[in-house]
Amino acid sequence: MNIVMAIFGAVSQGLTWAILALGVYLTFRILNFADMSCEGSFALGGSISAVLMVNFQWNPFLTLIVSTLAGAAAGAVTGFLHTRLKIPAILSGILTMIGLYSVNLRVMGQANTSLIGQNTLIMMIKGLLPEAKELGIKDSTLQTWVTMGVGLVFIFAVIMILYWFFGTEIGCCIRATGNNEAMVRAQGVNTDKMKILGLLFSNGLIGLSGALVTQSQGYADVSMGVGAIVIGLASIVIGEVLLLRVKNFAGKLIAIVVGSIIYRIIIAVVLQFGLATDDLKLFTAIVVALALSVPVLKSKKGMIRKEAR
Amino acid sequence: MLKMTNIYKTFNPNTVNEKLVLRGLNVELKDGDFVTVIGGNGAGKSTMLNMIAGVHFPDQGSITLDGEDITGLPEHKRAKYLGRVFQDPMMGTAANMEIEENLALAYRRGQKRGLNWGITKEEKELYVEKLKMLDLGLETRLTAKVGLLSGGQRQALTLLMATLQQPKLLLLDEHTAALDPKTASKVLELSEQIIASYSLTALMVTHNMKNAIQYGNRLIMMYEGKIIYDVSGEEKKNLHVSDLLEKFEKASGGEFANDRMILS
Ligand SMILES: Nc1ncnc2c1ncn2[C@@H]1O[C@H](COP(=O)(O)OP(=O)(O)OP(=O)(O)O)[C@@H](O)[C@H]1O
Ligand SMILES: [Mg+2]
Repeated sequence: MNIVMAIFGAVSQGLTWAILALGVYLTFRILNFADMSCEGSFALGGSISAVLMVNFQWNPFLTLIVSTLAGAAAGAVTGFLHTRLKIPAILSGILTMIGLYSVNLRVMGQANTSLIGQNTLIMMIKGLLPEAKELGIKDSTLQTWVTMGVGLVFIFAVIMILYWFFGTEIGCCIRATGNNEAMVRAQGVNTDKMKILGLLFSNGLIGLSGALVTQSQGYADVSMGVGAIVIGLASIVIGEVLLLRVKNFAGKLIAIVVGSIIYRIIIAVVLQFGLATDDLKLFTAIVVALALSVPVLKSKKGMIRKEAR
Repeated sequence: MLKMTNIYKTFNPNTVNEKLVLRGLNVELKDGDFVTVIGGNGAGKSTMLNMIAGVHFPDQGSITLDGEDITGLPEHKRAKYLGRVFQDPMMGTAANMEIEENLALAYRRGQKRGLNWGITKEEKELYVEKLKMLDLGLETRLTAKVGLLSGGQRQALTLLMATLQQPKLLLLDEHTAALDPKTASKVLELSEQIIASYSLTALMVTHNMKNAIQYGNRLIMMYEGKIIYDVSGEEKKNLHVSDLLEKFEKASGGEFANDRMILS
């Protein structure tokens, strides 16, 4: 596979995973809540989507709705653990994540479910288009184009909804809750509710993303969510570093999508240069650690410059 | 209008950090009272205000506001009756949000929030009007992030937010303590002006005895979780700082008023 093809595939992968990153952004940046449950809800969305198709012959589009709702429910559980039972944020997320591992095994009845031979969402849409041969391209290329198109449509819809929701009265309260809880309570808002709502929204998106990824890669796996939070963070920080000047909310969301694509391109490139697949997670962790430390490194540099003067 | 009856509060009970803070506190405010509260560090002033606001709940005793028992009402449910400004300028506003977004949150205090747009056009005009009254030039910076404002500007904004929906009771907890003297007196004057123009009932904690005498129609002094001195009207107006120091020394059995009380 040449590098152009690899990058082409990476862009489409970046688009299907971008909704995960948007979900992580809601908790990590807006709600200021490092939510580990996303790893479980991502796989939950994938598992449910696969099982509904294979075992119950559901239309793939309908499975997306169930996956979204299931993800949202998982987020609500984390919110309940944290706000009502006063369990620390990280631990609440980890508990949900671990619990979901068993739930996902139960849902699928096995560790993974293949969609080979199934009429997946991508296949369905591809079926509506002319044959690849007629278009003069390879079948796999057409499939990648379709995946990109599907990704773009969903991303557009999600960004529109987020932009609207976080401009509403409730959306403003959720944003403020991540900023200064004491102030929000002083303004008469139940911050526990806002946190639950934020987690619910975020994990709903992540469940949807898991289902989309499953539909496009052709299988679901219990461990498909491992590292999801880091992948989401990588997309966020790459987007933020590249588009530092963007202040507008919609612009920030688009930056994350761009970040998700660039993350996948970086991965594709380093794999082409011979990085072992086994080392990918370590590589991602290092990238995220570096990107997150940019502000600190910058201010250090600024301080040294001042001292030198 | 506000009545606190026989309030007791112990923090961290049954631990080594156990701390009995309020011991049989009784306070009654009349409509339109502007009360200044003084007392040494740890006397329980902030705890009293936090109890009124529902941040902490009393172990014993009751709190009523305009006849409604609010003793156990959660903080967010009683917020509709209260305006609050805190000692820390960071506490009262959301730094990452715009000035107008902060105001819009405060404008909806006590109202149901739904899926309507977070700020309307008419509101923005109202905010410009109100910000003009602060005379800090904020009216031209509606979409600036609050985090960019100075401490004094943030306190003035918080004060505005606290009174945008007229509260039954305004709680000011050393809200000028973190400001430089000039800004502090400006914010204080602004507070008095707002309290007077809406005839609000207010409780203002301060460590500055001169201010405590100068502002308001009534003064209370707290010591070890109780009110040890309560004075109003003409008698209050004629007080001197030395009188207050004397009271304090008598109550504490000769212990000197702490530096913060003397110096400020
Ligand atoms: N949440 C809390 N947990 C434990 N102890 C507390 C808590 N809040 C206050 N205290 C303790 O209660 C005592 C009274 O505190 P409070 O803040 O009411 O005093 P204050 O009169 O406002 O003093 P200052 O002038 O220093 O603000 C202090 O000893 C303080 O350490
Ligand atoms: Mg205090």
